Formats: sequence, structure tokens, C-alpha cells
Amino acid sequence: MIRASAFLPGLGRFYIGLVLAFLYLPLVIMAAMSFNASPFYQLPFESTTHWYVALANDDGLIAATFNSLKIAILTTAIATVLGTAASLGLFRYEFTGKRLLQALIVPPIAIPWLISGTAMLIFFFGTGIGRGLHAILLGHVALALPYVIIVVSARLQTFSRDLEDAAASLGASAWQTTWKVTLPLIAPGVIAGGLFAFAVSFDQFVVSYFLATPGQTTLPVEIYAAIRKGFTPEINAVSTIIIVFSMSLMLVVSRFFRFGGDH
Amino acid sequence: MAVTGMTRTNGLKKALPLLLPAYGWLTLAIFLPLSAMVYFSLLTTMSSTTPSLTLANYAAFFSDPLYAVLLLRSVKLALLVMMICVVIGFPAAYVLAKIFKGRAREAIFLIVILPFWSNSLVRVFSWSMVLREGGILDVVLNAILPFKVSVDLMYSYPAVVIGLVHSYLPYMVLTCYLSLQAIDDALIDAARSLGASRTTILRRVIAPLALPGVLAGSALIFIPVIGSFMEPRILGGRGGTLYGTVIEDQFTAVYNWPLGAALSFILLAVVLAILLAAAPVLRKAA
Repeated sequence: MIRASAFLPGLGRFYIGLVLAFLYLPLVIMAAMSFNASPFYQLPFESTTHWYVALANDDGLIAATFNSLKIAILTTAIATVLGTAASLGLFRYEFTGKRLLQALIVPPIAIPWLISGTAMLIFFFGTGIGRGLHAILLGHVALALPYVIIVVSARLQTFSRDLEDAAASLGASAWQTTWKVTLPLIAPGVIAGGLFAFAVSFDQFVVSYFLATPGQTTLPVEIYAAIRKGFTPEINAVSTIIIVFSMSLMLVVSRFFRFGGDH
Repeated sequence: MAVTGMTRTNGLKKALPLLLPAYGWLTLAIFLPLSAMVYFSLLTTMSSTTPSLTLANYAAFFSDPLYAVLLLRSVKLALLVMMICVVIGFPAAYVLAKIFKGRAREAIFLIVILPFWSNSLVRVFSWSMVLREGGILDVVLNAILPFKVSVDLMYSYPAVVIGLVHSYLPYMVLTCYLSLQAIDDALIDAARSLGASRTTILRRVIAPLALPGVLAGSALIFIPVIGSFMEPRILGGRGGTLYGTVIEDQFTAVYNWPLGAALSFILLAVVLAILLAAAPVLRKAA
């Protein structure tokens, strides 16, 4: 028994190593191939930056990248503001139908994106809203809102309503109370919600795919089209850049939050 | 509305300006589109000037056994991916939560869930570098093994499973970790000092307390995988025809939107039925 428990931590570390290898090896290999000269991913490895140069001259991919960033930033801003407001509304007031409103947050998350995406396509097409970047933004905000509401509401659970009452009794207006008392205290929740919104939008493929038009498209949709046409190391180059970008962003962010630490 | 009506309606009046923008947006982009899809699934054609209502699109699902076969295939795939994620993800979460301590735990947890924030399409694509003939797996195996093997998993069902497990594993580790971390170590020590064996502790103490995390992770994996079409398209080739790819075809290739809407709606009904069937277990766990 004693020997077994001395042995287990080592086995556990080895196991985590295996899981990490499974998660990261394909990504590392893909990144390596973006520096390999062969257009058919053939070995032996010959180093080149040719595919990055080609990427820099690919106007379609660059435009799609900027569209993705624009939509992710707008989605973050809109979903964070609307979601935080809704969370405050649900937190502060009692009214009939509140439970129903809380339950309505679930469907956008629990319905497969394939279904939400095709439903949006049908509705936007039928009502004249149409397809394109504005439709993609409409969809992304709707997908991100529930995450913001859930994360901010969770943070509000740790917030005491007495603080708002105290501020009000000292003569603060509702706006002052919100801005000077409530928001600073729930800020970590709001920022976390915003990060979720950014990730949901920047990573979103399915809904964008159904709402994109040839000129108005996002990076994942463009990559999917390129992969289906046939692989080229240019896709590896742009994929490597996205991975490095999103992972560094999350690493920077994690310095401000204690992910998974003891709370 | 009767006795407490005053305060309650007052509450709604004050809450409305805060709630309206968010719920209005959800209505416009989720709830109305879903209703429109139900209506659309009952139309004969999409371009007809005088569309008439019909159940023909639903009848099509039942008259051609192919749809039911593919739907069953998608359900099976989702269950398989979900189970593999539990088997790999739960022990990983356990090691993280109970063996690693302090900053090492934080760092490794972050590294495990980091791929979750990289693009899922890119992650699926990266497997094509590994699995194809002459790919890394092929080269490495041939270098290690004394005899010649040809590994070409690309464009096959196993490739789809591997790609999906890779995409969704971080969800399972995350949810299991959160529930395992909440288990007080003193509880485990108490069970041990009372003479419980390792397996008894796992079965009677840890498993029941960790169940909500496992179930949450399972739902988060099952729902997107049952409707997956991008992963099977990229990694599955001809072996990757699934219910999701058929729906995709109706909207992007065949342009039979009413049929696509009916097929989507049937998928939604199946997902809801499975979630409802699992509801008693979910409630018990919560």
C-alpha cells in the first residue's frame, strides 16, 4: 500500500505527459510543416519561409482575418454590455417569469450550432436581413450572450445586495451605485465573460459558415474552403499564426486570473 | 399576480430596461429563427410563389432509411467520442486535482485547457498532417518498427473519432477538474482512516461527488458532436458521411432548404429526447 502510493504520483505525471503529447503534437507538427519547403508536406524537412511570404500576398485570407478580428471585438463589446445588464436585471429584481427568462439562456448553448446556424440562415434570408458580416455579427452576439450572463451571474452570487442598498441610502443614484459600487466588484466576472465572448466568436466556424457570402467571410470559413479545395502549406502558416495569437492572448490573460488555482 | 402582484410587476418594470436588449437580441437571432425553421420545414418548396404546407419533408425522413441510418451513426459517434473523453479525461483531471499542488497544478491545468482557445478547425486540420500516408505517424512507426507498415488512417472513421476526441477532450478535463477540486481531501483521508480501500474510496466517495462534472462534460461533448459536419468532412472522406453532413448538403449544395430544416428539426427533437431521458440522472447529480 505504501509502495503503491509512492508509485502513483509518478505514474500520474507520466499520464499527464501522454495527454499533453496527444493534445499538442499535431499542432506542433502542423506548425513545423508551415516551415517545410515541400508543398505536399513531404519529408525530409527543408526549411523555408516561403509559405509565410505567400500568405502575406494572399489578400483574401488577410481580409478574412481582419473580418474575424473585427467581428470578435464587436461581439465582445456588445455581448459583454448587454449580458452584464441582463445579469444585473436578473440579480436585482423579483418578478413573475424570472425563472423562465433564466431558463431561456440554455437553448442557445444546448442546441447544436448546426441547427442554430441553419435556422439563422433561413430566418435572415426570409426577412431580408440577408447574409454577410452583419448577419454573422448578429449570430455571434446571440451565441456569446448566454456565456456572459452565466459567468457574470455566477460572480454576482458572491456580491452582497446590502452594498447596493447602503450606497442608495447614502444618496447615490442608481447609475452611481452601478458604476461606482457594483461594477468594480464584479469586474473579474465581467472580464471573464468578455473573454468567453471573444473566444466564442473568434473560434466560431459553423454559424459563420452558413451566414458568410463570398466577399464577406471570416478566417475559419476561408480556411475550410481552402482545405476542401486541397491542402497547401499556406493554410499551415495562417493556422500557426492563429494558434500562437490565441494561445498567447490567453496566457497573458491568465496572468491576471488564477485559473484552476485554489479559490 | 394576486397578492404579491404589486411588488412583482414593479420589479419587472425596473428590470425591463436591463433585460430587454439582451433578450431582444436572443429573440431576433435564436428564437425567431428556430420558429422560422419549423415553419420552413413544412413548406413544399422554397421558391414557390404560393408555398403550401406539407408534411412531405418529414415523410422523406421516414421513407428513406438512409436518413435514420445516418442519424443512428451520428448518435453512436457522439456516444463513442463522449465515452473516450471520459476514459481519458477523468483520470487526467484526477491527477491534476489530487496529485499536483500549487503553481505546478495551475500551470499544467492552463496548458491542458489552452488548446480550447485555439481554433477548432485548425486543430482538426492538424491531424491530417499526422494521419495520412507518408504522414508523421507513418514515418515514425516505420522508423521504430523492424518491419514495413503502411499507416494511412486519413479519410476513415477512426480519423474522425481521433479528431473529435482531440477537439473536445479539454471540455471533459475542465468540468471533471472543477468538480474533483471541490472534493475536500479530508473526506478522502477520513474514508482511508476508516479502512476503506482505494477502489472503495473511488467508487463510494469520489465517483458520486465527481459525477456532476462528468455529466456536464458529457453533455458539452455530446451535443456538438451529434451535429458535427466539419470534422467528418476534413478527416472522414467517404467514411465521413454523417447526419450533419447531409444537413449541410441541403443548405450549401442541394439547396433543398425545407428538407434541410425538417432534418435539422428532427435532430433537435432527438437531442431534446436524449437530454430529457438523462434528466433524472442529471437532477440526481445536481
